[in-house]
Amino acid sequence: MLLIEVIPNKCDFCGCCVGVCPEDAIELKEAEIKIIEDLCTNCSKCVWACPIEVLKFNKPQKKG
Amino acid sequence: MKNEYDVIVVGGGPAGSTAARFAVEQGASVLMLEKDRDIGYPVRCGEAVSRAGIEEFIEPDDAFISATIDKFGMVAPDGTEVVLPLEQIGYVLERRIFDYEVAKLAANKGAEIVTRAYVNGLLFEDKKVSGVKFEHKGEQHELKAKVVIAADGVESRVGRWAGIKTYIDFREMESCVQITASNIDVDPNTLLFYFGKDVAPEGYFWIFPKRNKSANIGLGVSGEIGKKKSAQKYLDEFMNNHYPNAPFLTQIAGGVPSSITLEKISAPGIILVGDAARQVNPLSGGGIVSGMIGGKIGGKIVGKAIKNNDLNHILTYDKAWGDRLGKRHEIFDRIKDGIYNFSDEKFNSIAHAFVKVPFEKRTLGKLFKTALLNKPSLLIDIAKVFIVK
Repeated sequence: MLLIEVIPNKCDFCGCCVGVCPEDAIELKEAEIKIIEDLCTNCSKCVWACPIEVLKFNKPQKKG
Repeated sequence: MKNEYDVIVVGGGPAGSTAARFAVEQGASVLMLEKDRDIGYPVRCGEAVSRAGIEEFIEPDDAFISATIDKFGMVAPDGTEVVLPLEQIGYVLERRIFDYEVAKLAANKGAEIVTRAYVNGLLFEDKKVSGVKFEHKGEQHELKAKVVIAADGVESRVGRWAGIKTYIDFREMESCVQITASNIDVDPNTLLFYFGKDVAPEGYFWIFPKRNKSANIGLGVSGEIGKKKSAQKYLDEFMNNHYPNAPFLTQIAGGVPSSITLEKISAPGIILVGDAARQVNPLSGGGIVSGMIGGKIGGKIVGKAIKNNDLNHILTYDKAWGDRLGKRHEIFDRIKDGIYNFSDEKFNSIAHAFVKVPFEKRTLGKLFKTALLNKPSLLIDIAKVFIVK
């Protein structure tokens, strides 16, 4: 389950997150960013590397 | 656009353009693909270079030089400011013009350039890279090339698709924010660096002057620091404390891969140059000139490989880079390791000691020597990369 969230309309498309992603799980175009759910392991390195707090790790919700 | 090229360069920054230029000069057909709409924009950089560094590639021109630098200033955590003269003149560039001019040097020799071309995959033949897949104006394309030059920056993915480990340790990624502010009252010829855990832990905060009372103001923090507090928060605090009403002309984010060069920067059919290869000076964080040097070495080797129809020749690039600059970057990296976690007290004591040295006798080498007196092995490294008199 993807736990990393990209906060909409906040990204500057600088590429820090892509540079540190060990799984090649981030797609970054000129003005478009997307996490590839199948590849992401929720390791959060992208969250720590984002200079402007665009990426967020959401703790999994407990069920029931 | 042709159906096939000798060389496809991915990324139109200074490293990519320089690689394109030196490959095309040897007679290779070259296409450079840039993902953004413009070469040179958006700028993601502090824009400081040495004059000698850029003179190897282009005649300095007022059109892309925003400030001329002859002094280095250090501000310690307690506010003590030490300014010293630089032995080498530097510049603060106007990158959005500079990058254009560097790209034109390649274009005027015959390299083709296409912008808004987003490379999203590689082609392979017999386990060798043989071209790229890319999206342009909403359509997917494939183009063959004898050699691909990956100059796709800090966010490089092209190298990974060729099986090279390119992602960088989050602790070595300096995640930066910078504003270009106007109406800033700073010395127009001094690069100013602030140190200390409150302004820029394990790194530095910079104010680089630009023409007409403007300046690039920013900092980088490593992923380790970023876990607790983002670069943006540090910048906001600094601006509130120092320039609460400064008008912002631009605000940008950007990453500096602040490490030594990747272990491997070539593979069959592909080489990596610039930030994509992690060819940044890990001490200063400067990557414009070193990326252009990587581009020149790489472009020349690729051009020669094409000319002589000996594609294995591109695998000599790793050693050629190492001999010119890669090994030097390892020295800068050791010096960085010696100083990055200095305490505020240590920065203060360095500044207090140095402020007693007469201005004309101050040098950068001496400053580092003062900082690292208790680490004799690093003093040898300093003597290798700085003039210490």
